[in-house]
Amino acid sequence: MAQEQTIAQKQYLTPFNVVAGMIIIVGLVLTILRFTKGIGAVTNLDNNNPWGLWIGFDLLCGVSLAAGGYVTSSACYIFGLKKYHSAVRPAILTAFLGYALVVFALNYDVGRPWKLPYPIFYSQGTSSLLFEVGLCVFLYLTVLFVEFTPAAFEWLGFRKIRNWVLRLTLVLTIFGVVLSTLHQSSLGALFLIAPSKLHPLWYSGYLHVYFFISSMFAGMSMVIFEGTLAHRWLHDKMDDTHLAEANGVVLGFGKAASFIMMGYFGIKIIGIAVDNNWHYLTTGLGLWFFVELIVFVLFPAILYSVGSREKKTLLIRIAAVWTILGIILNRLNVSLIAFNWHLPSADRYFPSFMEIGTTIFIITLGVVAYKFVVTRMPILYEHPEYKEDH
Amino acid sequence: MEFFTLHDFMTYSKGITYLVMGAILIFMPLYWIYLTDRDD
Repeated sequence: MAQEQTIAQKQYLTPFNVVAGMIIIVGLVLTILRFTKGIGAVTNLDNNNPWGLWIGFDLLCGVSLAAGGYVTSSACYIFGLKKYHSAVRPAILTAFLGYALVVFALNYDVGRPWKLPYPIFYSQGTSSLLFEVGLCVFLYLTVLFVEFTPAAFEWLGFRKIRNWVLRLTLVLTIFGVVLSTLHQSSLGALFLIAPSKLHPLWYSGYLHVYFFISSMFAGMSMVIFEGTLAHRWLHDKMDDTHLAEANGVVLGFGKAASFIMMGYFGIKIIGIAVDNNWHYLTTGLGLWFFVELIVFVLFPAILYSVGSREKKTLLIRIAAVWTILGIILNRLNVSLIAFNWHLPSADRYFPSFMEIGTTIFIITLGVVAYKFVVTRMPILYEHPEYKEDH
Repeated sequence: MEFFTLHDFMTYSKGITYLVMGAILIFMPLYWIYLTDRDD
């Protein structure tokens, strides 16, 4: 009996659980501080920098990296690439958790969570891009939730309702693509209102196009990265179909990401040419722009291309991580680093350790929720009772 | 490069843009061929 208890304790006291538990405890303390002492007590935000890490990382990076949901489901259900079917459920789950955490994180920035439904149901600011973003995220989170439910219903044994929801797949996928097109681009368009604040190399009349196009390869890279992690840590949860299709997903998405990234690189150059911003390239921030574009777009695009041509999945997996870092860098550049670039350094923003701590807390919540779902529901494997349905 | 009128600026910047677009239009199909020529 005592031995069984010790084994059970050991199962819970894994390094992952201990570290995640500590981060969550710290995060809860920070949450109490945020909602009792106000936003000024925990952040370095001021009138010059009203948007900080929570918007730049949690929202902008969160939404772009959650794009794997619409990319994968549209590849499978709209373009008919059924060989990527095994990647759809993990991608939808990641997207759902990603968007849910974006909304969760937004509460820290905005405060007053009970007023979250106001822009949708009470006072619509229809002339504001933020309203459009809010409406799309609200609708898309609902779509993702419905798309995710068949896995939960299979787990719970609700066959009838699961079959009914499954009939909506194509409609939901189309709806998801439309909504993603709208809000991914609108997040970039938010910065169109600040041409004097954003550095000319990042500011462009095509900012919304950049955000949308980059979200596509961000989503693909995230699917590859997440698949790699699942392969490494949740191998026992994957069935033969998932294991057999994993390399095909990596090669196919790697090739597509490479092509889109090259196109993205091209339209970024067009952006410089249209505004005639060539002379900024020789400045300090110009070099930083080069780092973003050459090191974090062109280089991973080439890495992806070599990997998919030579069928070297390791190269593609490295390129995926590289691309994700590049997307994070791009979003942070637009929202923080190249924003208010003309201000003296004393007035520039750097996040407080409590902001960084809250962000780590939110990411940890996502990882814990992902692990909870994946270890229980048929995400990385097909439920044995529903195999004939695919 | 100095510009004295908006027309000068637009002629120059659009001229360069069209050259870049032309280069991209030629490059992208070639890049697609490079990516896919070893497909089964």
